[in-house]
Amino acid sequence: MSALLEFLKTYMWPLIFALVIVGVLPLLAGYVVLMERKVMADMQARLGPMRVGPHGLLQPIADALKLLIKEDIIPENADKLVFWFAPVISVTAAMLAYSALAIGPFFQIAELNIGLLFIVAVSSMGIFGIILGGWASNSHYSLLGALRSTAQMISYETAAGLALVGGVLLAGTLSTQKIVLAQHGGTWFVFVAPIGFFLYLVASIAETNRAPFDLPEAESELVAGYMTEYSGFRWAVYFLAEYANMIVVASIATTLFLGGWLRPFGSIAALDFIDFFPPLSFLGVAGYCLYRTPKQPEPIQSIVMALFGGLCFLLATAMALPFVPAFAASKPGLHGAFWFLLKVSLYIYSFMWIRFTFPRFRFDQLMKLGWYFMIPLSIVNVLGLGLYKVLRQLQWSRWPAFLLTTGGTLLVAIWLVWLAQRKVAVPAPVGEMTEAEG
Amino acid sequence: MALDNELVRRCKARFGDKIREAWTDRKQAILVVDRASLAEIAVYCRDDESFDYLVDLTAVDWPKREQRFDVVLNLYSFKKNERLRLKVFLREGENCPSVTGVWGTANWLEREAFDMFGIIFEGHPNLKRILMPDEWQGHPLRKDYDILTQDTAWVRENLGIESGQ
Amino acid sequence: MADTRISGFPGVEQTVLGADEIILNMGPQHPSTHGVLRVKLRLDGERIVDSECIIGYLHRGVEKIAEHRSYTQFAPYVDRMDYVAAVSNGLGYCEAVEKLLGAEAPMRAKVVRTILTELQRISSHLLWLGTHAIDIGALTPLFYCLREREEILKIFEKYCGARLTTHAFRIGGLQYDTYDGFEAETKRFCLDFVHRVDEYEQLLTENRIWIARTKGVGVLSAADAIDMGATGPVLRGSGVKWDIRKAMPYAAYDKYDFEIPIGKNGDTYDRYLVRMEEMRQSNRICLQAIEDIPAGPIMGKVGKVLKPPVGEVYHSIEAPKGELGYYIVSDGTTQPYRVRIRPPSFINLEALDKMIKGHLVADVVAIIGTLDIVLGEVDR
Repeated sequence: MSALLEFLKTYMWPLIFALVIVGVLPLLAGYVVLMERKVMADMQARLGPMRVGPHGLLQPIADALKLLIKEDIIPENADKLVFWFAPVISVTAAMLAYSALAIGPFFQIAELNIGLLFIVAVSSMGIFGIILGGWASNSHYSLLGALRSTAQMISYETAAGLALVGGVLLAGTLSTQKIVLAQHGGTWFVFVAPIGFFLYLVASIAETNRAPFDLPEAESELVAGYMTEYSGFRWAVYFLAEYANMIVVASIATTLFLGGWLRPFGSIAALDFIDFFPPLSFLGVAGYCLYRTPKQPEPIQSIVMALFGGLCFLLATAMALPFVPAFAASKPGLHGAFWFLLKVSLYIYSFMWIRFTFPRFRFDQLMKLGWYFMIPLSIVNVLGLGLYKVLRQLQWSRWPAFLLTTGGTLLVAIWLVWLAQRKVAVPAPVGEMTEAEG
Repeated sequence: MALDNELVRRCKARFGDKIREAWTDRKQAILVVDRASLAEIAVYCRDDESFDYLVDLTAVDWPKREQRFDVVLNLYSFKKNERLRLKVFLREGENCPSVTGVWGTANWLEREAFDMFGIIFEGHPNLKRILMPDEWQGHPLRKDYDILTQDTAWVRENLGIESGQ
Repeated sequence: MADTRISGFPGVEQTVLGADEIILNMGPQHPSTHGVLRVKLRLDGERIVDSECIIGYLHRGVEKIAEHRSYTQFAPYVDRMDYVAAVSNGLGYCEAVEKLLGAEAPMRAKVVRTILTELQRISSHLLWLGTHAIDIGALTPLFYCLREREEILKIFEKYCGARLTTHAFRIGGLQYDTYDGFEAETKRFCLDFVHRVDEYEQLLTENRIWIARTKGVGVLSAADAIDMGATGPVLRGSGVKWDIRKAMPYAAYDKYDFEIPIGKNGDTYDRYLVRMEEMRQSNRICLQAIEDIPAGPIMGKVGKVLKPPVGEVYHSIEAPKGELGYYIVSDGTTQPYRVRIRPPSFINLEALDKMIKGHLVADVVAIIGTLDIVLGEVDR
């Protein structure tokens, strides 16, 4: 008994954080879905969910409840154990990856000195969930869809990993805390390694099976995706895994490239007024909610709106706490969490923006892009960044080193694009092509 | 109104009395040709008269006539911006030569004429029904096929219900 | 059911499949075939070796019904064929019967008909663009296109009471005169529309992914297009400059100034560009026509009971999908003896088998989309 208490005392904070993450991440993923629907609607000149809760704020809860009470259908010859287990693997991998991510200088479950390696390794275990799901469905088409998905994810893992290596080179360490601290006082790595950031952005879209890389999943004109045989809550778990994955890759990108929990211009004292942004933004949202409360069509919506306003007000107070001298030490923690989540949201917003603008790649085009462009470029990027570090050690000043290395990598990128353009793969029609006549 | 322009004269010179009649109706030229030489005349129209475009191929049923079916081909020439209608009269049970080899469009159009009227086109690569189900009995657009008729056996077998007609 | 056997490929009773070949069925119910179309594909891995279209799921016997209705009674039926562009169908039929009667619609009717038909062409192309884009994965253009189409449908509703199956025209002219504000609303729409087309082009035309999905896909050479009888944007995309509105003008088209866009390579991308430009040209025609609609009667000298003299006529118009032709045979009574409708979608669809050979499965949807078929017209 006392051993248990000892254990709890030593690992109190990690356990609390773990509970918070396991409890909040699904809810957060649900609200990311709502955000996607609202952003999609906005870009398509319509409104999105408006009825369930004011402006659709209770939609994720309604959806979760509906999915929970749906009938559980399992295909007849499916392998029941694997069928049950596959979505669990996916979502576990996503949540487990969060254990090494730092949302603030203190808010972290485990400070591993191989942090980034751990995260990338664990999140790629999610691929097992997909392939097992496709196999367990006992459907020819599900398996093919799962295989395609897997092939796509593995190809882009390489590119993503190599892009991250760039950031690791600049930081000199794999630990998430130290990577962020390496950007403190200097520049965020996105400005030093923009090509690496771009590569990671594209690769992470392919990783999470989002458009324009979602052929195995969305189009499914003939080959149904791995999720077809899943319905009800099992499907919800897969869906949750996908959005949790999105949050994970966004967090990785934020940590590595966007300065983690650091405030923009954190080291310039003259711009300290930016510190007022977190509480003021929440205050603004709270005020807007309370203003709109009486204007809601239904009384229940007014209540929820008021509650939401109240919640935002509480958060505003929390953000304003560091300004009270007694609690000044909580600034990096509280404001850090705010900046971190803001950056993650912006990254996810760009995912959504890209999804609703571009058409889909065909599968062969997708694989070609991964292997012929992304991987070579990411290798060259690593070389470039290595060269940058060497040049800096040789006392070159920043701009010339940057221009040389990033410029060089950019030239290689242009050359690769030109190579790809040169021979456009036109599927040769079987039979003769007669000459076009006017 | 009988037609005797350059085109008709050339055709008559080439084919003699295989060109049975020629007239215009509402300012559109119509040529009736002999059944057996349809393919030949089609090739001539396409190559020499540059009617390279088969607009439509259909049939009309005149049950009271001895030559019951009219197979009608509407042709168009891009070069001359001119239309021409070819007709072939068929008795019941007579086959019509297929023009699939002349204009590729004719493939589905002849299948439809077969489906709707029962006219068999010799030389068609794949003459089977196109709009009606494959095993349907009867040819719907014939005048003796009543508008309310259905192939009740097919309906019973494939839909599992009694036909309401 | 009979056609579930693995065979039925042209001329072959029992298909002998190669070692890696499978037969895949894009069934009648499918989100991307735009109607009840069944395409049987024979695949070698991912490549299409052979294909067969099976149609007839929407066959309603329209031509048979025509023989049992009077000319005026049959007019609403033609709207239901190409239900996306009902006004064009109506125009073709009314003009064909007018030719049969030897009557002519007055100038005012002709101009209003032209305006409404061109608006309908824009609306049909908008729907085509939205659905084609969403099949290829671009989720947003559909909603923008529907937003514009909504404006056109509002104009139709104010004019004749219906949005989709409009029955807007009558034999001999029009039944309804234009409503107050017709010119103003149409002009406002047309002036606004110019920018909208640019908006759609901005999203798609130079988009690398769009180009990769549509360039070189579904190539149909000009000679093949003419041989297969393709018309409309399919033919023009292959480089043949032909449009019935210019070749054999009808309604009031000879009064207005417009261009016929053509493509170069006959691939999906070219057909996309052709249709985008056609929308602009239709807009141009509308703006010219709206400027001065002649005053006068809207109905020509056509009796109450239509009994055309014995004979036959073939009349075709440039519908949004291609050449829509009506071959009407009259035996002197009030009911037509035979009405044959030459459907552009039916004949364009014939070219599908040729166009998808050698392509990947993922391209089939793009190619069906680019043909712009409406099953109501294919099957009648």
